[in-house]
Amino acid sequence: MSDTKRTLPALLPAAPIKLPTESERRLTNGLTVIAIRRPAVPLVEVRLRLPFAKANLARGAMLSHTLFSGTAELSTVEIAAELQSVGGGLSASVDPDRLMISGNSLAAGLTRILEILGEVLDGAAYPSDEVGTERDRLVDHIQVAKSQPAHLAREALLRRLYGRHPYAVQTPEPEQVRAVRPAQLRALHAERVHPAGATLVLVGDFQPKRALDTAEAVLGSWNGGGKDVSLPNAPQPEPGPVLLVDRPDSVQSSLRMALPAVPRTHPDHAALQLANLVFGGYFSSRWVENIREDKGYTYGPHSVIDHSAAGSVVLLSAEVATDVTGPALLETVYELGRMATLPPGEEELEQARQYLLGTLMLGVSTQSGIAALATTYAGAGLRLDFLSDYTEQVRTVTRDDVAAAAAKYLAPSGAVTVILGDASKIEAPVATLREIEVE
Amino acid sequence: MARRIKIPATKYPVERFTLDNGLRVVLAPDRSAPVVGVAVVYDVGIRSEPEGRTGFAHLFEHLMFQGSENLEKLAHFRHVQGAGGTFNGSTHLDYTDYFETLPSGALERALFLEADRMRGPRLTEENLRNQVDVVKEEIRVNVLNRPYGGFPWLTLPPVMFDTFPNAHDGYGSFEDLESATVADAAEFFERYYACGNAVLSVAGDLDVAEATEMIKRHFGDVPARPAPARPDFDEPDLTSERRESYTDRLAPLPAVASAWRVPSPIDDFAGYLPFVVLAEVLTDGDASRLVERLVLRDRTVTSLGGYIGFMGEPFEVRDPTAALLQYHLPPGGDVDKVLRAADEELERLATDGLTAAELGRVQARMATHLLRDTDAVLGRALRIAVLEEQRGEPELINDLPRLIGEVTPEQVRAAAATLTPQRRASIEVIPGGGK
Repeated sequence: MSDTKRTLPALLPAAPIKLPTESERRLTNGLTVIAIRRPAVPLVEVRLRLPFAKANLARGAMLSHTLFSGTAELSTVEIAAELQSVGGGLSASVDPDRLMISGNSLAAGLTRILEILGEVLDGAAYPSDEVGTERDRLVDHIQVAKSQPAHLAREALLRRLYGRHPYAVQTPEPEQVRAVRPAQLRALHAERVHPAGATLVLVGDFQPKRALDTAEAVLGSWNGGGKDVSLPNAPQPEPGPVLLVDRPDSVQSSLRMALPAVPRTHPDHAALQLANLVFGGYFSSRWVENIREDKGYTYGPHSVIDHSAAGSVVLLSAEVATDVTGPALLETVYELGRMATLPPGEEELEQARQYLLGTLMLGVSTQSGIAALATTYAGAGLRLDFLSDYTEQVRTVTRDDVAAAAAKYLAPSGAVTVILGDASKIEAPVATLREIEVE
Repeated sequence: MARRIKIPATKYPVERFTLDNGLRVVLAPDRSAPVVGVAVVYDVGIRSEPEGRTGFAHLFEHLMFQGSENLEKLAHFRHVQGAGGTFNGSTHLDYTDYFETLPSGALERALFLEADRMRGPRLTEENLRNQVDVVKEEIRVNVLNRPYGGFPWLTLPPVMFDTFPNAHDGYGSFEDLESATVADAAEFFERYYACGNAVLSVAGDLDVAEATEMIKRHFGDVPARPAPARPDFDEPDLTSERRESYTDRLAPLPAVASAWRVPSPIDDFAGYLPFVVLAEVLTDGDASRLVERLVLRDRTVTSLGGYIGFMGEPFEVRDPTAALLQYHLPPGGDVDKVLRAADEELERLATDGLTAAELGRVQARMATHLLRDTDAVLGRALRIAVLEEQRGEPELINDLPRLIGEVTPEQVRAAAATLTPQRRASIEVIPGGGK
């Protein structure tokens, strides 16, 4: 080793965040189209977000698996081949708020990928054979999910957190899927797959006006109407005993906690984001440095703020070795308590602030990153320019603001806690810390 | 069908030079967003770890984050993230990478951090024990506590290969991890983490002259150490079929994966590329040969995948490597029937070939994937670094979509003809998660 200590180079001032321009058009059938130019690679990203709240769980899931399974003119294989011929691909997914169709293609394929999308939106046929195939596949898929600890822990947490709200159960049971018939899918499609309230986001190597014209020419005739259904507000987390879910012989325990949070547009949002980062929202946080880098209890603990249409929550996740489940819970509660009762240090707050500002900039440096953010924002009724407002809030939030947000939202007394693991080994240690109930 | 779409290319300028100490450097400027990706790749991976030290290359990767000459433990993470950046590292069969994505004003800081650990990590007993614990939890999350953990990337190599470098568990046994010492780590660093064995790359918002100056300033005095001789890891091809099975206590459904040796990605790139394309012809999407047959028609398979290399990175692996096909089956599914049907499809492809239209659409989709990988500055930095490390050809990044597009139907047909049952190694997962 050399004798002279080397000095860490200073940072050059960060360029102000440069947002790509959004061009937007509302088609007469009610579809909102947003086109954003980023020509870095000759591709386009396509996202279509349709409001889908209150759709039947099993039928919604099946619809997302069979939307591309054929129209009157095209088979499953033909749809996939047509998309591929322009370097394209499309897939659908569903959650309690929305149906999302995502894909991409070579830039020269924009018209063709939108044409195929339009054919499917207008004429998805849900043929019996294909529906039968996808039904079996989805049942198998759910069975595999139910063998994964992350899935089981999430299911238990959602149930505990949301009670009777539609967010409580987000995966259908196999027998519900088995009961889905093609006619029900056609009916659900006819009722809900419409442009009202839907947003199409296009990002890529094109002239925005031409992209909007193309979208209008291709999707302007998509059947208007439909309804924009929204969910009642999700309940706030109601703390209670720690729920222990038994998974015999599990070599790790899946620790999950949920705490209250606020939507992106709430005045406390930026302060809470920073408080969450300082607590456990990135690697250089108190929680990660404690239970991973100091104690070696876990590999990838993380804490994120999850925004759904009907409510926001802070979600903590850590997979910890079975024999340190009690100590890991103890340290987690300690770190939350420290956040809630003492203000953060100046330096650690600045570090979290710079991280947040930097990663916001990194997030909009790719076509897919821009597409994801623009779509997420559109789903909350926002546009990309919200990022500028948010950035400004992040810059100006004070230490007192962060301390207040931490006290209000991160107090461990407000947490809903679920631990999935081998109950015979973890019940006693967890019970020394908190009241428990075993499932 | 419409006229065949033209496969576009990128035109990233690629600059390369070598410092006096032997460190190779590649720069790919692109000022379309104010961010940079920085990568350092060392030419050592899972295949180089010593017997009795399975998992050591990966464990050592963790130790490279535990402080270095001028940096305390935790400092690396804090300096990157406090500059608005993200970081990680990963261990592969033939290389280990360390990387950051940052706002471009933080480029010099990232170079400082990488140079500092290239001069030498702080290897202490306390950090070693801590990271052995962390790695054990990583293995529990990714392998031991979940169904299909390590399938097939850890479970198929020992069926296909006979020598330790190619066959062993790259995540490592707990016994080997626990017996690792600080002296082992110091020796591993001394041998493999020589700057002559490394490549530094930067992609994104940079000025070549300025970046070159910064790189010289921070890396110029890293002591020159030559690269160790790289052993030849080659093994003879299989002459008869190999097949094994194991019970996965958590898996609810059967699964199987097969692999065949393919030409050397480095020495015979032209002979290798048709296999990269073939994997996609067979498995990419609902219009692919095997999805159409096994998933949609026969319904003997729930999902399947096909790719080159046990870690699925066709342009970041050396010989010996393989083409893989893997299948998840429905309850009570018949593995033999699935393998037979796949053989039939391979034989049909080998006999009848495929049309230019079928090949063209697969090549177009592959071009999209390749271009998409490199839209992010980090994707670009990593690819050029490994292309330089393994081939001395970082500019290949711009040519890959075109080269994929030039593969002919006859080449794909001929590649398919080599995937015969006699050359196949397979591993079957027997479900033990009897719910």
